[in-house]
Amino acid sequence: MGLLDQKFESSNVVITTMDDLLNWARLSSLWQMQFGLACCAIEMMAASASNFDMMRFGVIPRATPRQCDVMIVSGTVTLKMASRIKRLYDQMSEPRYVISMGSCSNCGGPYWEHGYHVLKGVDRVIPVDVYVPGCPPRPEALIEGLIKLQEKIRNESLVQKKAV
Amino acid sequence: MTAQEINEILKAQFGDAVLEGKLENVPDPFVKVQPERILEIAAFVRSDERLQFDYLMCLSGVDYKGKLGVTYHLYSMVHRHKFVLKVEVPTETPNIPSVESVWKTADWHEREAFDLYGINFTGHPDLRRILLPYDWEGYPLRKDYQTPEYYNGMKVPY
Ligand code: SF4
Repeated sequence: MGLLDQKFESSNVVITTMDDLLNWARLSSLWQMQFGLACCAIEMMAASASNFDMMRFGVIPRATPRQCDVMIVSGTVTLKMASRIKRLYDQMSEPRYVISMGSCSNCGGPYWEHGYHVLKGVDRVIPVDVYVPGCPPRPEALIEGLIKLQEKIRNESLVQKKAV
Repeated sequence: MTAQEINEILKAQFGDAVLEGKLENVPDPFVKVQPERILEIAAFVRSDERLQFDYLMCLSGVDYKGKLGVTYHLYSMVHRHKFVLKVEVPTETPNIPSVESVWKTADWHEREAFDLYGINFTGHPDLRRILLPYDWEGYPLRKDYQTPEYYNGMKVPY
């Protein structure tokens, strides 16, 4: 991202906390589980392509859940697909995050009433961190969702125990 | 060839098996035929020199409430004419001979009609669900279909 290069004239020492360093590293390389479910996937692809270029945020599509940090559920989750999504989510290593993209995966979208085969919201099978509204959301909206997720990660702590 | 001429050829060949139809003032002229004889009729319209319907454009299931139907949209690449055949069966005994042996396209189309309407295509080599999961219950495009409350532990209604 070019945050640090050319900021220092000679080699130097930077002092930071472990949390900040680790979180900065994690949020700058959110590798994405690559699969599209319906029309929203087109916008997700557009967000990855050169005009919007999600790779500048460190989002690289990976074809296996083992290498992924974030799952972007982009599109209609059918009941047949829901069990597969659950399994893919279980196969991702922690810490893992989920962005629900579009009305369909948020709440069933246009199929909310008569979609006998559609799961009315992917949060019925896996936990969701960020919901991106829209049908479909524009790539800017997806990138905004991604930045929201980065904010969330920035405020997490890996070393301190959370108060119960 | 016009729809009337096609209808006459069919009537001459199959007589009573060809029921009423609508040949004028519709975008796609059709005749209904007896469901038991559909395979025979399909083989005939495909091979007959004058008709040569070598392309099954679409095979669709229909629920007429109390009756189930199948509609065959046919096209001839040779003669560039179109025609539609329809069959109807009672919902309780939805058995229709498969035309998979005449047009290979019908394989997956018939599986789809079986999947969503529960029409039993007799003689089909591999009649199982194609879109829905194998453990799905019921036929969703029937008019009296009730959406299930749960599927594999997942709540279905909104
Ligand atoms: S939210 Fe709209 S655009 Fe996205 S998958 Fe559903 S129907 Fe398609």
